[in-house]
Amino acid sequence: MLSKRIIPCLDVRNGKLTKGIKFEGNVDIGDPVETARRYYEEGADEIVFYDITASHEGRGIMLKVVEAVASQIFIPFSVGGGISTVADMRDVLLAGAEKISVNSAAVKTPHIISEGAAAFGSQCIVVGMDVLRVPASEAIPSGYEIVIHGGRKHTGIDALWWAKEVERLGAGELCINSIDADGTKDGYELTLTRLITGNVRIPVIASGGAGNPQHMVDAVTTGRASAALIASIVHYGEYTVTDLKNYMADKGVKVRRIW
Amino acid sequence: MLAILDYKAGNLTSVKRALDYLSIPCTITADADVIADCHGLIFPGVGAAGSAMVNLRQSGLHDVMAREIAAGKPLLGICLGCQILLEYSPENDTKTLGLIPGRCDMFTPDLTEEDGAPINIPHMGWNTVTLKKDCPLFDGISAESEFYFVHSYYPNPAPEYVIATTYYGREFCSVHGRDGLWSAQFHPEKSGRPGLRMLSNFYDYCREAANAQ
Repeated sequence: MLSKRIIPCLDVRNGKLTKGIKFEGNVDIGDPVETARRYYEEGADEIVFYDITASHEGRGIMLKVVEAVASQIFIPFSVGGGISTVADMRDVLLAGAEKISVNSAAVKTPHIISEGAAAFGSQCIVVGMDVLRVPASEAIPSGYEIVIHGGRKHTGIDALWWAKEVERLGAGELCINSIDADGTKDGYELTLTRLITGNVRIPVIASGGAGNPQHMVDAVTTGRASAALIASIVHYGEYTVTDLKNYMADKGVKVRRIW
Repeated sequence: MLAILDYKAGNLTSVKRALDYLSIPCTITADADVIADCHGLIFPGVGAAGSAMVNLRQSGLHDVMAREIAAGKPLLGICLGCQILLEYSPENDTKTLGLIPGRCDMFTPDLTEEDGAPINIPHMGWNTVTLKKDCPLFDGISAESEFYFVHSYYPNPAPEYVIATTYYGREFCSVHGRDGLWSAQFHPEKSGRPGLRMLSNFYDYCREAANAQ
């Protein structure tokens, strides 16, 4: 049986690790390569790098970070942020990443998903979805809307419809990030997570809101996610990845215990 | 020196990075003379069986591999490499290398996990590997170790070639082969320390085999 995965997410800006709350007020908090190596040593199952500068400058800096990570860390990792063409994807994969995460670009140009899947295989393509709770309406029957540009721009797209659509287009995995829960430490948006996991057959990563280890247990049990994304809960030394996995194992969740 | 066989199948650099980290000399090559001088071969691969077989034939690696294996050179197949060492894959309806008796099959969507949830395809993530017979690749690796898998087809070799199995919706063969000709469905180069240990065990075996000759 597959283990549930614990995935630290590192936001990178100009080659530095950063973390904001509700996508605002980012502050630099360290070196992404060193931090990734520490999480690897602590038993992280996968690592996500999200380049928040990628759409502007610093794209070359990020590729250097990816190469440095790939030569020191022997678990899968993905890179997202500002990736909008198959050529961008190829650069990141050649630098040593296993997977590419597309978010806003997938909404604007959905064919990037099928093109990426055809070129590199579905397993390489993670679609990130930033989701905001809204009143249910004819346009948004699930009551969850896709937002882009770090949560600032509404799209009018229903999140449940979009999840099924990106699966159809060839995404290998979904990362469901609740804007409502992000940075709150109040726990993952379990209703949303469960809604999506109940309607697709590709793995779903729950994201946004982890504040304690029980939240992660909830994400993979109640939410039925395959993996839980974490950030501030480990970035500020509150817990180690090992602490989180030990807690989950004690609660009967199958997690990888030897690394 | 290990040769990482270059048949344009992707993922070659991840294997090289892992071997570089372990200070194991290696080269990515399709050159028959270079391959002949190496102590062992690594046959990686990500992609589809059909295009992989086309590339293997066009590059001449098809014949080089058969010759080197017949001469007793150790080989480690990884992921797609593991699948196409068998005789047949339903992926693109492909006749494959046939160096190990058996075929590949596909996970079917009706399968369920041990907790009753329907399986996702591909099988992607960390899973345990249960040894059915001794294998030097696993020397020093704890039985509870997990390895990183990404695949939709699984190897189904003749029973005497099954070395280890994994459970995902059903029990399937995750390591197959015989002495010196092994394959893993998972990615040792992406499986943390246990995976790295497996690669260094393979290199040790290759060196001992070369010294014995």
